[in-house]
Amino acid sequence: MQVFTSCTNAGPITVYVKDGRIVRVRPLVADEKDFRPWTIEAGGQRYSPPKKFNVAPFVLAERDRVYSNDRIKYPLKRVDFDPDGARNPGSRGKVGYERISWDEALDIVAREIKRVQSSYGPSAVAAMTSSHHNWGMVGYKISAFARFFNLIGHTPVLDNPDSWEGWHWGATHTYGFYWRLGMPEPYDMLEDALKHAEMVVYWSNDPDTTRGVYTGYDAAIWRQWLKEKGVKMIFIDPFHNHTAAAMGGKWIAPRPGTDAALALAIAHVWIVEGTYDKAYVADRTLGFDSFKDYVLGTSDGIAKTPGWASAESGVPTHTIVALAREWAEKRTMLAAGARGGEGGACRQAYGTEWARLMVLLQAMRGLGKPGIGIWGTAMGAPRNNAVWFPAYGDPEGRMAHSKVAKFLPENPVKQRLYRLLVPDAILDPPVAWQGEGFCNRSLEQQFTPFTYPMPGCSEVKLWYRYGGSFIGTMTDSSKWPRMYQSPKLEFVVNQDCWWTGETRFADIILPACTQLERDDIGEWGEPGGQSKAGSSGCNFRVIVRLKKCIEPLWESKSDYQIFTLLARRLGVEQEYTEGNSDIDWARKFFEISDLAKIMTWDEFDRKGYHIVNVPEDYRSTPALRWFAEGRACDTPDPGNPKRLTDKAHELGTDSGKIEFVSASLQKFGPDDAERPPMPRYLPSWEGHRSAAAATYPLQLITPHPRFSFHTHYDKHAAWLDEIPGHRIRRDGYAWWPARIHPDDAAARGIRNGNIVKLHNDRATVLCIAVVTERVRRGVVHSYVSSSKYEPLQPGKAGSPDRGGCVALLTPGRMMAKSVAGMAANSCLIEIAKWDD
Amino acid sequence: MVRFGLVIDVSRCVGCYNCFLACRDEHVGNDYLPVSLAQPAADQRWIDIRERERGSFPKVKVDYVPVPCLHCTDAPCIDAATGGAIYRRDDGIVLIDPAKAVGQRDLVAACPYRVIFWNEAGNVPQKCTMCAHLLDDGWKEPRCVEVCPTQAIVFGDLADRHSDIAKLHAAKRVEDLHPEFETKPLVRYLELPKRFVVGEIVLADDVDRPAEGVGIVLDSAGKRLTTRTDNYGDFEFAGLTEQADYRLRIEHAGYRTREIAIPVGACLNLGTIVLEPI
Repeated sequence: MQVFTSCTNAGPITVYVKDGRIVRVRPLVADEKDFRPWTIEAGGQRYSPPKKFNVAPFVLAERDRVYSNDRIKYPLKRVDFDPDGARNPGSRGKVGYERISWDEALDIVAREIKRVQSSYGPSAVAAMTSSHHNWGMVGYKISAFARFFNLIGHTPVLDNPDSWEGWHWGATHTYGFYWRLGMPEPYDMLEDALKHAEMVVYWSNDPDTTRGVYTGYDAAIWRQWLKEKGVKMIFIDPFHNHTAAAMGGKWIAPRPGTDAALALAIAHVWIVEGTYDKAYVADRTLGFDSFKDYVLGTSDGIAKTPGWASAESGVPTHTIVALAREWAEKRTMLAAGARGGEGGACRQAYGTEWARLMVLLQAMRGLGKPGIGIWGTAMGAPRNNAVWFPAYGDPEGRMAHSKVAKFLPENPVKQRLYRLLVPDAILDPPVAWQGEGFCNRSLEQQFTPFTYPMPGCSEVKLWYRYGGSFIGTMTDSSKWPRMYQSPKLEFVVNQDCWWTGETRFADIILPACTQLERDDIGEWGEPGGQSKAGSSGCNFRVIVRLKKCIEPLWESKSDYQIFTLLARRLGVEQEYTEGNSDIDWARKFFEISDLAKIMTWDEFDRKGYHIVNVPEDYRSTPALRWFAEGRACDTPDPGNPKRLTDKAHELGTDSGKIEFVSASLQKFGPDDAERPPMPRYLPSWEGHRSAAAATYPLQLITPHPRFSFHTHYDKHAAWLDEIPGHRIRRDGYAWWPARIHPDDAAARGIRNGNIVKLHNDRATVLCIAVVTERVRRGVVHSYVSSSKYEPLQPGKAGSPDRGGCVALLTPGRMMAKSVAGMAANSCLIEIAKWDD
Repeated sequence: MVRFGLVIDVSRCVGCYNCFLACRDEHVGNDYLPVSLAQPAADQRWIDIRERERGSFPKVKVDYVPVPCLHCTDAPCIDAATGGAIYRRDDGIVLIDPAKAVGQRDLVAACPYRVIFWNEAGNVPQKCTMCAHLLDDGWKEPRCVEVCPTQAIVFGDLADRHSDIAKLHAAKRVEDLHPEFETKPLVRYLELPKRFVVGEIVLADDVDRPAEGVGIVLDSAGKRLTTRTDNYGDFEFAGLTEQADYRLRIEHAGYRTREIAIPVGACLNLGTIVLEPI
C-alpha cells in the first residue's frame, strides 16, 4: 500500500493506493504532534478544536469521482465535424463522438487556433474556465490555463461575482471593502462571537450548506459551541435551511424579494423606539437623517412600519416587532454576506438594496463593537497571518503572473466578454455592460463601460471551454445550447475530466486528468487576494503537497501537459514551460513562500504537508473593532488601501464612514432609480406582485447546493445520488429534488415523490417533488448547479430537461439597469405533475 | 476485557452524510476478509441517516438519526443465523461471516433495526462491522467517527472507565434507539427526538404586538407542565411521550381561557392561537 497527500477544493486528504489503484480517501492524516490547537476562553469555558481536518461530504466521494464512468476517457471528435469540410455546428449537442488519437486531436486544435487567429486576429479566440473544479496552484485555472491563453492571445471572459452579487455591487458603496469584493474582513470573529454575542441572525445564510466556500466542515463545531452556550439563533430564509435544521431556533420566512422591506421595518422600530446606537450613528456614519426620513415616510409618504413590511413579506407584524426588539436588546452577530455565508437574497432583483441595508442595520447597532459584527459563522478562527504562502488570488500564486516565472506573457487583446452575456454576445452582438465583474481595485471600477465586440477586435470564432457546466449555474441558461449551435462559433473545444451538461456541445473533447493524477501544491481553503485569510475558516492552516497518486487514467493528461503539447504545435513551448515540469513549478511556489524558511523542499515533499500553527503569543484583532473605536486599522488585511496610512482609521468609502447615502453612487449614478444613492425597497421585477404571477404563481429560489460544489461532484460521484438531499432515485434515474409546500402540492394534485415539471416561458425542467413544511407557501426551493443537462430531445434548447438544471428557468435579466449581477432568485414558475 | 461501543449524540448531528460517505469509501469495492466482503456500489446503507421532519410551517424541526449496526449484546441476528454465520467477538463487535452466511437471506429480516442488507451478487447478507478490520490494524476509531465534524459519534472502550465513551455513559442520559426491542445494543444514543407541542399566541385586541409571558399549562394523567410564551409569543413543550394524551390550557388575565385536547400521537404545531378578550 502506498500513501499520498493531496488537497481538494474542500479539504486536505490522504490517498491510499494499492496496485496502482486508489482504495481509500481519508481526511489528511497528520502526526498528532504537528497540531498545536488554539484556545478561546469565553464564559468560563475553554474552546479548542479537535486535532483533525473536517472535509466537505463530496470529498469523501473523491474515489468514486476519479473512477467515474463519466470520465472523459479519450480524445474525441464529433462524428459530423470535419475541420476541412462540413462543420455542422447545428448538430452540436445532438450527435455522438468518435475516438481519435491525441496527435490528431492536438493537431486539429492547434491548426484551428492558428487559422482563426491568422484570419481574424487573436481576439477571435475566447477561453473560459468554471469555478474551482480542481485545487492546486499549478493546475489551477489562473495558472496553466491562463498562462497558455495569455501567451497565444485571447478574449478573456470576466466572471460575475455569482455567489455574492448584492454585496459586491451594493454593500461596497456603503462600507467599502471593495478589495474584498463587498464582504467584510473576517479576523477573529469566532472569538468575538463566543465571548460577546447573545444572538446570531442568519439572514439568507446557510453555512451548513455553503460551508466556508472551501473550508469543509471545520466551522460546524463552532456553531455547536454557540448553540450549547445558549446563543439564540434566528433564521430568515424562505426555506428552513440546513443550518436551521441543525441549530433549531426561530425560523422567519419572508416571501422572496421582500427582505429589504423587512430590514426597513426593523430600522423603523429602532428609530421609533429610540433603541439604535445614536452615538455610533452620529460619529461613524453619514446621511442618517435622509434615511430616517425615508423609513418614517416623511420623504415619500409611506412609513416603513412592521405592518407595511408584513403586507409585503408575509411575515406577521408582531414577529417583525419582536425580532427588532430582541435585536436591539441583545448583542447580535448578523450572519449575512460575510464570506462563506452568501445567500440567495443577494442574487435577486435589486439585491444590492438588501445587502446595503444589512450593513446599515448593523451600523445602527454599532458595527464592530463586541458581539456586533457581520459574520457568516464560517470564517475568523485564530490564524497565523505572519507565514506567507501564495494562493490563487495572489498574482504571486499564479503561473500566469508570478515571479516564479522568468517570462510573463501578456495577453495583447483588450476585448472582454462577460460570463452572463457570452451567449448573447455570440448570438446577438453587440452587447454592453458596466463593471468589470470582480471590481477589487476601486468603487469606480464598477462603472467602467464595456462593449463587445470592441472596436478593432474580432467577434469570437473559437470557443475553448474548460471544466464544469454553465447550463447548470448561470441564468436563462437555454441560451448556452443555442449559442453552441450557432455557425458563428466555427470551432469549439471542451477540456475537462468529466462529461457535464456542456461537454457534449464541443467539436473536439480533450480528456484532462484529475488532481490525484498529477503533481501540485496548495494551501487548504486559502484563496488569497480578495479573500485573504479565507483559510481562517479552517481550524488549522495546512499547506499540502498534492502528489500524483496514480497514473492518469485512460488516455487523460494533466491540463499543464495538454497546454504544453499545444504550445509545442504553436511553436511556443519553451515560452510556456521555461523547461519546467509541473513539479518544478510547484517547487518554485514553495521556494518563494515563507515555508522555505521553515523547511526544505525535500522535507516538505517527503512529509507532504505542513501545519502553520497559531503562535503562543497570538494577539487577536477582531474585525472592525478598530473602526468602532476610532483607531487605526490593526487587522492584518493587506488589501485595505488605507491601512498603514494617515487614513487608517477610515473605511474604504469616499467619506471613510458608513454611508447611509453613498457618496460613490451619488457621484457615478445620482439619478439611478434602480440603485439609488440611498438604499430603498424596490419591488422585484419578477416577484409576487408582477403581472406574470397570474400565470406563474410560484416563486422559485435556487441557492447553492449542499452535496456538490457548483456543478462539481454532481453526476460524477454516484454515491451522492443516494443522499436524498442531493438526488433521489426513481425508476432507475437520479432526479433533482424540488421542494414544495404541502398546500401548493395538494392544489396541483402533486404527491411526494412524483415527477413534476417546473415551467415558465423560458424553460421546462423535470424534478422529483419533495413535499415539505420547510418552504413557505408560494415558494419552490431547488438547488442550482445540476451537472446533468439531459433535454428529452438531445441538444434541443427548450426541450424539457430531466437533468435538473433549474438555472434554465431563471431570468437572464440583470439585477438592475446599471448592475451586471445575476438575479436567479427572482423567478416565477408553475409546477404540474409530469405524466409522460 | 475491551468492549467497543458508540454513543451517537443526535442533537449534534447536522445531517452532513460524511459518515455515510466515509463508509462507502472504506467498503465499496474493498474486501476485508475474513471481516467483510466489499459493499456494492449502491443501495446499502451500513450507516443509515434517518431523517425526519416534524411539526409544520413555520415551526418545523428536522432530526437526523444515524443508524449503523447496533452491535447488540442480545442480537436477534445471531440467534437467527445458522452454522455460526453471525458471531460476537470478545470486544463486543457483531460480525457476519461472509463465507458461512452465504445464502442466508432471511438474516436481513432478522434485524429489527433493518441494518442488515442483501448482497445479490455475493449471495450474502452484509452490515456495518464497526470497521473491525481497521481496529485490528491499530486504528483508533472507525471511519464514520473520524469524519464527523461535530463529534456527534463517539467511539471507545466501554470497559475502560476513563474513556470518553464511558464518561458519557456516566454523565448523560444514554438511551437505546428502540428500548422495546430489548437487544442491549452497544451503540447507544443521546438526545433521541422526543414528541413536542408548539404554538404561537396572539391577543385578538393587540395582534400587532407579540404576546409575551402568556401562561400555558399542559396536563396529562396527573402530571402538569407549565411554560410561558417567549418574546415572539411562541411556546413549546418538549420531551413529551407519544403514548400519552394531553390537555393544553391557556389562561391569560382579561382573555377567555382556551383549552385544547391533544390526542395520543405525533408532534404538533398548534399554529396561531388567538385569545379573545373577555
